[in-house]
Amino acid sequence: MPPAVLVEGLQKRYGDVDAVKDVSFTIEAGEIFGLLGPNGAGKTTTIRCLCTLSTPDAGRVEINGRSVLDNPALARQQLGYIAQEVALDKVLTGRELLQLQAALYHMPAKVARDRIQQMIELLELTAWADKKSGIYSGGLKKRLDLALGLLHQPDVLVLDEPTVGLDIETRSAVWQFLRQLKAAGTTVLLTSHYLEEVDALSDRVAIIDQGKVIASGTPSDLKSRVGGDRITLRIREFTPDDEADKAKDLLQTLPCVEEAIVNDAQGNSINLVVTAQSDALMTVQQALKETGLPMFGISQSRPSLDDVYLAATGRTLMDAEIAAAGSRDLKAERKQAMKGA
Amino acid sequence: MSTTLTPKPKLSLDNPELRQWKAELSDSSATATPGLFSAAFLQETIAMTRRLFIQLQRRPSTLVAGVIQPVMWLILFGALFQNVPQGLFGESQNYGQFLGAGIIVFTAFGGALNAGLPVMFDREFGFLNRFLVAPLASRYSIVAASAVFIAAMSMVQTAAIIGLSAVLGAGLPDLAGLGLVVLIVLTLVLGVTALSLGLSFALPGHIELIAVIFVTNLPLLFSSTALVPLSFMPQWLRIVASLNPLTYAIEPIRYIYLHPGSWGLTSVVMAAPLGDVKMGDALAILLGFCMISLALIQPLLRRRIA
Repeated sequence: MPPAVLVEGLQKRYGDVDAVKDVSFTIEAGEIFGLLGPNGAGKTTTIRCLCTLSTPDAGRVEINGRSVLDNPALARQQLGYIAQEVALDKVLTGRELLQLQAALYHMPAKVARDRIQQMIELLELTAWADKKSGIYSGGLKKRLDLALGLLHQPDVLVLDEPTVGLDIETRSAVWQFLRQLKAAGTTVLLTSHYLEEVDALSDRVAIIDQGKVIASGTPSDLKSRVGGDRITLRIREFTPDDEADKAKDLLQTLPCVEEAIVNDAQGNSINLVVTAQSDALMTVQQALKETGLPMFGISQSRPSLDDVYLAATGRTLMDAEIAAAGSRDLKAERKQAMKGA
Repeated sequence: MSTTLTPKPKLSLDNPELRQWKAELSDSSATATPGLFSAAFLQETIAMTRRLFIQLQRRPSTLVAGVIQPVMWLILFGALFQNVPQGLFGESQNYGQFLGAGIIVFTAFGGALNAGLPVMFDREFGFLNRFLVAPLASRYSIVAASAVFIAAMSMVQTAAIIGLSAVLGAGLPDLAGLGLVVLIVLTLVLGVTALSLGLSFALPGHIELIAVIFVTNLPLLFSSTALVPLSFMPQWLRIVASLNPLTYAIEPIRYIYLHPGSWGLTSVVMAAPLGDVKMGDALAILLGFCMISLALIQPLLRRRIA
């Protein structure tokens, strides 16, 4: 059986921006697949190419073994797409929007009526279905959006940043709902720049950075691949460069330390990768004490997906976010995306 | 209001009826798009049109303004030129009678020219993506829905203008004439709506679209025969006006008004610089304009993937 989704060697340029340089992944039927990466990494562009909103410059995109480019109508019938920003017509009621959506997928009247009622009950919209969507809260809007995307019971549901800007309650409701969907056999592709979201939901993950897939696999595989535990050490709240370098050089000589870097984005904290032995934390503390350097704080953790990202790119996801936020021209990108193909 | 979703084991995500319908659908070659003359096209067009009418019903100000505006044109312009010596405006007995046809066409044209704006806003808000990711029979349903809506608006406006003109002494066309007026307005609306929607797909944003509408609207009015006849214009403007598609909607309507019961397809409705234009010629030119508009926007509708 072909994979539910296949993306291979995808490339897409907008003007002189290489939005996607080389993205490949496959999603098996019934999986939740996460595309993780900082803003501007090319996640949305990848999704747009999958959902027939943009034409790729190169590469294969297939749903259930059929090319999206050659069979756009079939792909559209099989895909449900939930954009990052909920776009509703505020003058229409939830039910009217669902009726419109049903007609766009050419559902027969009776099938549509029953299905709309089913989705309204499922997403607990009953009290609101006949009120204008303009008065809905953010959480309600997202639920209606989910109902709209799922109305035609797609094989593959694609969600772009499904919980950005949502309150915590709605966020956990969305998570729970996605798990229910998976249990019901729907294949789910979601993008996120939230580590915990991808970690908690995804069966498999592709980490994407600057238009390329830099790592992929199950979250636990990815984490175990980057080695032992992490120790983050701060000599002072904001450590001077010379002290940080001195401590780094010292700690690097310890047998339990595999790798040490000074993270200047976090006040020159020292990030260590240590062998999975239990007394590493104590050894490090002891060594530091002997040099007479002070200690502001120290913590040890299992590797996270962020460490996977750090190992591949040399920066944390948060740093990438901050860097991207400074260098991106969001307005220009939006315009480019609107221009489409 | 609670935002948590309590799991409901009794409610299933699956809908067997829907699944069966989908299975039948993919059996009957879902790969082929149904196209323009299908039940699917009709269904999606009706649904999109319904949305526009719901909007109008809940925000009726557009309709109110849409009727008031041409009425003001008719009254104010009519009064401005009320004392123009008889004979300057061809066979018309008074300027009010002359002006009616121009206002009917200009009003329908203005409405159709603005049709792209809501679509542009849908595009900017991301709502249009719902249409673009759906397996539409044809994206011409987006055009058709707007055209039906604008046409309905234009009919109400046209009725108001014809009614007021009659009160102002312009008389009424005969019944067949009224039918032809409706057809002319509908053809013009379809053609201009298509162009406007094409612009809403091609231009970067609503600011640019408004700018284009702004520089198109009044110049097209003044370079047509809406306000004065060809014979009144300097030579260069006559040439421009005889190239303006609005002229080919205005002159037949004006002729129908002036010759109730005696007009025909071979009646000469206008003496253009390049020769006389018959009623049939004008209608053919109008139809041609409409067809070319519809064909022109096809690549724009397809652009984001066929």
